[in-house]
Amino acid sequence: MKLIEKSQYTVLKGNYAVAYGVKLARVEVISAYPITPQTTISEKLADMTATGELKARFITVESEHSAISAVIASSLAGARSFTATASQGLALMHEMLHWATGARAPVVMVNVNRALAPSWNIWTEQTDSLAQRDTGWLQIYNESNQEVLDTTILAFKIAERVYLPTMVVLDAFILSHTSEPVEIYPQELVDEFLPPYEHPNAINFDDPRAIGAFARPDYYMEFRYNIQKAHEEALRVFKEETELFAEMFGRKYDTVEEFMLDDADYVLVLAGSTATTAKYAVAQLRERGEKVGVMRIKLFRPFPVEDVRRVLSGRKKVAVIDRNLSFGHSGIFYMETKAAMYGAKDRPPIFGYVAGLGGRDIRPQDIIDIYEDMKRREEPENIIWKGVRV
Amino acid sequence: MIEIRIHGRGGQGGVVASEILAKAFFKEGKYIQAFPHFGVERRGAPVAAFVRVGEPGSLFVRTNIYEPDHIIVLDPTLLTAVNVMEGLKPGGWIIVNTPQDPEELVKEVGIPPTYKVATVDATAIALKHRLGSKMSPIVNTAILGAFSRAFGAPSLENLLAAIREEVPVKPEENAAAAKEAYESTKILIPQEV
Repeated sequence: MKLIEKSQYTVLKGNYAVAYGVKLARVEVISAYPITPQTTISEKLADMTATGELKARFITVESEHSAISAVIASSLAGARSFTATASQGLALMHEMLHWATGARAPVVMVNVNRALAPSWNIWTEQTDSLAQRDTGWLQIYNESNQEVLDTTILAFKIAERVYLPTMVVLDAFILSHTSEPVEIYPQELVDEFLPPYEHPNAINFDDPRAIGAFARPDYYMEFRYNIQKAHEEALRVFKEETELFAEMFGRKYDTVEEFMLDDADYVLVLAGSTATTAKYAVAQLRERGEKVGVMRIKLFRPFPVEDVRRVLSGRKKVAVIDRNLSFGHSGIFYMETKAAMYGAKDRPPIFGYVAGLGGRDIRPQDIIDIYEDMKRREEPENIIWKGVRV
Repeated sequence: MIEIRIHGRGGQGGVVASEILAKAFFKEGKYIQAFPHFGVERRGAPVAAFVRVGEPGSLFVRTNIYEPDHIIVLDPTLLTAVNVMEGLKPGGWIIVNTPQDPEELVKEVGIPPTYKVATVDATAIALKHRLGSKMSPIVNTAILGAFSRAFGAPSLENLLAAIREEVPVKPEENAAAAKEAYESTKILIPQEV
């Protein structure tokens, strides 16, 4: 019998899908500080480590800053390490996010997208993770609980091949607290895909060396160059590992997902779980004869410039729907998509929509409205508000 | 895709009810989604939970449910406290925890004759099986027995299996409550439906 046939099909919330992904990845050290809507990840992992279901050390800490510090250290000591947070917690980690990259610690973190305060809000918005864009972390966005579990496993594989920290991102409540069918793979199969983690320069008391050393202007720039090269390598590794994953587990992911795009004149671009609703709306538009499709961005860092160009070049118009905002400019996926398309051949006009901030529901009709609005417009605009009361 | 909205009060088990119901449908080979209304829940306050059921591979959405096909009401006082019928599609089931017969309930609350109504005394059944306290009975499993009977799915067998897997305490008592509710559900299908 093939190993994959020993999979267990069950119903899981997104946060538990994370926990099962962490368990299957045989994580050795976990440190996390509870914050809504991430808390049930920490709780489940604490439970798994307490019962011995997962043989890992769970380090309790007094803040997110300490949680990320702990797992950077354990990662550098050669232990596969994991943390999870959301919103304010991620913001508090900011300093150490740079540190993880600079120290080349392949930590994996799950961030549950939650809006930042004030005003206090526990609902979904992508600004928290996108605001960490320049910390050097890989960032992977997800649409379903199955994808969350799969991506958690993939993240370790990719991170440990390029020695870069990796963030797996899911939406507050819409995934984190929503139950849906999930396939949990047999441990032996995940073991085959994800070998034990080894750090070539792991902390070793018998062979002491410095970590985080001082680098003057005559050295620092080369370290940064190497990190950029690792990101470029990560793009290739992402492709390789998602292909291997598809062979072994039967689910194919890519840097971007293409939905009903074959003959599409118009493309809606977005990331995260809103893509499910967008696909539903697009299927309705297709029934009316509209030539429209969806491009879902899965990999945000490194940004898949070539794939974005391949998919969007030659279309009539593109609308990017952002559940996030960089104040003073525009939605962030819009900004990135536009930048990637600069210099591409047959570049379509790209329109930027901002919707669903602070968890405001994005319904199929909202997607249809955005599509129709884009079709009517001639001149692209950086920021077109959808569903705001003014 | 059918959409079900569950109305309860914080502490009655509405969210767990949505998860049990989804799991029972999952056992019948359906694709499912269950989620709470993403609010800040307090004991006693009106809360809602949602279930979507469809064929595997069909397209779903990720929004709240505004126009449910059916509703389940865990506390009869909600029928007048909040507009539980808001958006309910004609022909849908209204499953209510109440000692009243459907005919009495329809008259008292003014339920339009475009809806099918099922009632069950889930509170009495829950207390009989020692689920929760007299002040705060846990009626979620009993009311699902009524849903299974009225709607015709999920089967009682799959419902009981889902209950045994999902409820954190007293799985057998909860299963027994659902079975008793299934057997004592009263149904009203108006001629217009």
